[in-house]
Amino acid sequence: MSESTPGTAAQFPPLEGPPLLGLHEMELNFGPQHPSTHGVLRLVLKVDGERIVSARPDIGYLHRGTEKLFETETFPMVVPHTDRMDYVASATNNHAYVLVVEKLLGVEVPKRAQYIRVLLDEMQRISSHVLWLATAALDLGAITPFFYTFREREVILDLFEEYCGARLTLNCMRIGGLPVDLTPGWLEKVRAFTEPFEKNVDEYEELLTENRIWKQRTIGIGVLDEKRCIEWGMTGPVLRAAGKAWDIRRAIPYEVYPELEFDIPVGKNADTYDRYLVRVAELRQSRRIVLQCLDWLEKNPGTEIRGKVPRVIKPPAGEAYAAVEAPKGELGFHLVASGGNKPYRLHVRPPSFINLQALPEMAQGHLVGDLVAVIGTIDIVLGEVDR
Amino acid sequence: MSDATFALVATGAKILFVWVIALATILPNLVWAERRVAGMIQDRPGPNRVGPFGFFQIIADGTKFFMKESVTPLYVDKLLYNLAPWITLMPGLVTFAVIPFGATLPVTIGGVTREVPLVIADVNIGILYIFAFTGLGIYGIVLAGWSANNKYSLMGGLRASAQIISYELAMGFAAAGVFLAAGTLRLSGVVEWQQQHVWNVVPQFVGFLVFLIAAFAETNRLPFDLAEAEEELAGGFHAEYSSFKFGMFFMGEYANLIAASALLATLYFGGWSLPGVAFTGVWGALASVAVFFAKTIGFIFLFLWVRWTFPRFRYDQLMDLGWKFLLPLSFFHLIAVAAFVAAK
Repeated sequence: MSESTPGTAAQFPPLEGPPLLGLHEMELNFGPQHPSTHGVLRLVLKVDGERIVSARPDIGYLHRGTEKLFETETFPMVVPHTDRMDYVASATNNHAYVLVVEKLLGVEVPKRAQYIRVLLDEMQRISSHVLWLATAALDLGAITPFFYTFREREVILDLFEEYCGARLTLNCMRIGGLPVDLTPGWLEKVRAFTEPFEKNVDEYEELLTENRIWKQRTIGIGVLDEKRCIEWGMTGPVLRAAGKAWDIRRAIPYEVYPELEFDIPVGKNADTYDRYLVRVAELRQSRRIVLQCLDWLEKNPGTEIRGKVPRVIKPPAGEAYAAVEAPKGELGFHLVASGGNKPYRLHVRPPSFINLQALPEMAQGHLVGDLVAVIGTIDIVLGEVDR
Repeated sequence: MSDATFALVATGAKILFVWVIALATILPNLVWAERRVAGMIQDRPGPNRVGPFGFFQIIADGTKFFMKESVTPLYVDKLLYNLAPWITLMPGLVTFAVIPFGATLPVTIGGVTREVPLVIADVNIGILYIFAFTGLGIYGIVLAGWSANNKYSLMGGLRASAQIISYELAMGFAAAGVFLAAGTLRLSGVVEWQQQHVWNVVPQFVGFLVFLIAAFAETNRLPFDLAEAEEELAGGFHAEYSSFKFGMFFMGEYANLIAASALLATLYFGGWSLPGVAFTGVWGALASVAVFFAKTIGFIFLFLWVRWTFPRFRYDQLMDLGWKFLLPLSFFHLIAVAAFVAAK
């Protein structure tokens, strides 16, 4: 078992520190092909029996040079590339990108388009969170929630398909507004989806919230308190579960969020269970926002979906940063424009990448069985980690 | 026909019935049932394309096992690697030899009527035989984990050995209560005692619960499937097995599941008997077989139901549950039963 096979990919420095019990810890390769790493994440673990002495993420298996690619595309051509970052929440990716360009251009987006954007964002949040719930529960061996949540996710994806033709890589926003207006009857379908949704969330909670095994497996696992969260730059549900009510939708408001009513759910123990509770509460809040958007859109019919945008988009030379509250946390774009029709530099602040950095700290000292819970609780998408 | 010839033929017929007819039909159908039950619980149809209600799915699955390439990784311990699936499959199958599956069947040949007890081998150490073989079954898993030259397999094997040894103790203590009450280690004796008195589940409910939980752990099913732990160890002990060898682990799991269900029905739910019903004659015997099957299938359904409902325990929590809760509980239960039997 100790013999290494020649010709393996990377060489690592020898184990450090004094030997444990006269033996060195076992080095365990967790991924990149592993059912619970949510993609091609590789973790180099050192384990003492089942206890994790250290966990080192090795990322980059999905690196596609997206940020460099941005620089070779004109401003409108960048939008579909952003879809491929967090591919389970592409609407918020599009949104963050168009926001930053609009900020530099100084374009005003029509109210209707803003409401539709928010509506799409929140539905995206629901679909992303139910996917998280499905996979996180699956990692802990609870198989059935997966099928319950996919039932709802399927409806959302169908609605997206009806609106913009795509299910995952939506490409559903344009600089200054939206590509197309809503399909007739679409709003009614969204409303039909939201009606039983509250009950569906109750159903997920019935399976998990008071389940003793679920609680044993999640309470006190992967704790990262508020101070450490802030030091690591964690955002999104991970930070909120630590008790900090930080949400870009309220902290740095964009679009019509100031007009909408919703609460920011917070946890207090900063563990996996609280993150679960926060995300489930966010499902209910997102439904609230969707309903308010539906009310507004039904009361204010119109056709105006795009602001006054020049035919060739050339933002003035300068810098801008804009961020949205993506399902995983703060998704920001930092744009440097040189006055041309392509971005000079477009840097992404991906929440998955930054949240993943705290994994070694969260996993240390836990058992291998908890590691999958910790990976699940951060909610990473490797497309966004590696870009 | 002489008595000896008759006994030989009768035993042969019983073996044929249990292993060839009953197991060979239940085992594949159980795989089908598991997937249909999973579908029912998960709000989806389950397999429904191959044959009526997807009933022939198992033929497609079985063919798949045979057709897949059998990969043996480098540097495995060849002997143990190839032996392990057999060791896992066998105990699940041989357990059925001592479980009575029906009342006595009168057979009339040439004007002579002989009584055939519907149990293959009514040995007087029935429960010891069962524990001996289930204890052996663990070797299959441990050796599979050890021989496969894979760290995940090794961890799976280690988990399995610790888990099954821990739960076997609690299981043994719980089962001992039943045999104390019946005064015999013979399983047919236990059924008879329950027929005359009361189903063991009523006076020994605690023992039943311990035995049930331990049975889940013994059969490596969720929430105790730590040795396999798809999402943690990527298959654990059978991570390096493919094709038919994997199929044997797969069948072994189901054989153990049926054996555990049959044992639960026998020890705690009266086996083939029903309270207040005397199963006599040919039809009575056949009806008793049906009763036994119904009870077994009821437990099988419980196993499936639990699997699709609960998350998995963590390794240390499993150990805590086994040693700190189930073992003391079963121990005190045994003492209580012993005191009660002695007082009587």
